[in-house]
Amino acid sequence: MLNFFQLILIYAGIYAIMAIGQNCITGYTGMLSLCHAGFFCIGSYATAIMCKTFGLSFWLSLPVAAIATGLIGLLIGIPTLRLKGDYLCIATLGLGEIIRNIATNLNPVGYNSIPRASLFGYQFASRNKVAFIILIWAFVLIFYVLFQQLAHSRLGRAMIAVREDEVAAQSNGINVTKYKISSFVLGAAVGGIAGCLQTAYTLTVQPGSYTFMVSVMVLCTVVLGGMGNAKAVILGAFIIQLISYLPQLTGLTNVIPAQAKQIIYGLLLVVMMLCRPQGILGRDRFRYGDPRTRREKLHDFFIRPAGKAREARHENP
Amino acid sequence: MTVLSGGLSPSGSLLFISEKDVSTISLYMQYIVNGLTLGAIYSLIALGYTMVYGILKFINFAHGDILMVGAFIGLLIYNALTGGEAAAPGAWTIIAFVIATLVSMVACGLLGMLIERIAYKPLRNANRLAPLLSAIGVSFILSNGAAWIFGTKSRRFPYPFENEPIHIGSITITPHQIVIVAVSVLMMILLASFVSRTRMGKAMRAASLDQPTSMLMGINVNKVISLTFALGSALAAVGGILASFDFRVYPSMGTMTGLKAFVAAVIGGIGNIQGAMLGGILLGILEAVGAPLLHIPNGMKDTVAFAVLIIVLLVKPDGILGKNEREKV
Repeated sequence: MLNFFQLILIYAGIYAIMAIGQNCITGYTGMLSLCHAGFFCIGSYATAIMCKTFGLSFWLSLPVAAIATGLIGLLIGIPTLRLKGDYLCIATLGLGEIIRNIATNLNPVGYNSIPRASLFGYQFASRNKVAFIILIWAFVLIFYVLFQQLAHSRLGRAMIAVREDEVAAQSNGINVTKYKISSFVLGAAVGGIAGCLQTAYTLTVQPGSYTFMVSVMVLCTVVLGGMGNAKAVILGAFIIQLISYLPQLTGLTNVIPAQAKQIIYGLLLVVMMLCRPQGILGRDRFRYGDPRTRREKLHDFFIRPAGKAREARHENP
Repeated sequence: MTVLSGGLSPSGSLLFISEKDVSTISLYMQYIVNGLTLGAIYSLIALGYTMVYGILKFINFAHGDILMVGAFIGLLIYNALTGGEAAAPGAWTIIAFVIATLVSMVACGLLGMLIERIAYKPLRNANRLAPLLSAIGVSFILSNGAAWIFGTKSRRFPYPFENEPIHIGSITITPHQIVIVAVSVLMMILLASFVSRTRMGKAMRAASLDQPTSMLMGINVNKVISLTFALGSALAAVGGILASFDFRVYPSMGTMTGLKAFVAAVIGGIGNIQGAMLGGILLGILEAVGAPLLHIPNGMKDTVAFAVLIIVLLVKPDGILGKNEREKV
């Protein structure tokens, strides 16, 4: 039981990091990308190759993984980010599949027994879950703070402007392409770091674990929590992992079918879209330009959801 | 003579075509035949994507899974009627196959309408992201629900007719390939005449051009949208049954096939019915020929399909037959 709680904490952390990256792309800049599994895959593979083939330490391979994923994000971002909405979604979906397909064909069995990460002489063994929980959540905290700061920076404000109205942003002198690509590369690099951490934990890399399903789970995490809100995204990661380990937690592994979690994800997506498209915590509106005080916000959130819905409809192009 | 001998390869055949080349050409002819069969299935499925996109401007991600449901219903009914693998192909198996296909079409049509009513209709005026995510959710529910009910084991769809390969020169064609192409062409002709000849088809075209105006003209747009989903899903059911001859029947069969059919719809020009047919055939052939032509392993053929998609999106995002629509402020 405790074991599963620890597992949930570890995977919630990894998914929270991925979801922070996805949130940067989808929540801040408003681009629906479906290739986070691809970035995750590149990060994992980069770490595996760096640690195993070149014998680098984990801490050296971490930036390498981030830079490699970021570069590939840049490479695929420059042509595809000219596309809009649905087209971008399909192009990125195709890219995710291409990355997995190439990984499968290059090395169908993946990599095993990758050297462990160590810090000041302490070896991170998969057995010792507490150490991993601390390591992974330290990263979650770092990225949470970084991306919260980003949202309030010039870069983040530009991204949000692009999300709200591309044409208006452009006419205000914002270089739309530049900010779209920066957001994409940042999100990709964070996804790569999540892959790196996952490799450090499992010490194996298999191409079969980077399916479209992972991309959808990450997107589900962001949507469930609330787009454009880093806190909400972390909450979403927790909920997703709780559902994922529900059979083990309740001890009903024999009763609940293996497909139950995917069915619940599907139901969750549909129900969220129908009832609360802005996610559980909603979009924590960027304070800049939002004249409401915290109390008014709370009032709007709990007591006057109808007004919010009207507002959301008004935002549509 | 000197000129002609310049055109003769050492082995004596004309215009540098050696015997090896001849066998390569016939090999490619074989790939093209296989690609055509695959393409016919993609076209059928792509029609559903393109019709929905034409009217609602959103990607029905669940379409691929409706195909899977159609294949399962068809297989179950066929097996119930004939006793499955044990049945010897004959008149009864063919009749049973037709009955199974028709029932599966009706069932999937109803399923498509139901999904539209529950998961997409309330989101018609919402943010564009909402119906897309809802569709991904429905797709998850369908494919995993099927895995729960039927298990993840893949099943073979028995051929309802004798499937002795026919040899034409060095090319081999099996009767099931002929059936696939013939049924697909029949369905496409039926759909095309429905859309262009009937009153309801006219209403569909009007709704895809301009929804508010067609409402003002007295067209019941809700009914048109329901019908679009029903038609698309029925075609997907046929596509699923035809695809299961080659691919077997299993719960996740719809994901990849559906995605590629969508690629086909985009290549042809999404929202355009002729485009979907053309795109499907093109993608099928490209997929069959691409991997051997580029000398990459056959497992990379999905990469070829998606690479084609990205190239088309970059060069001509509106597809081959699509109209170029500029975004207005």
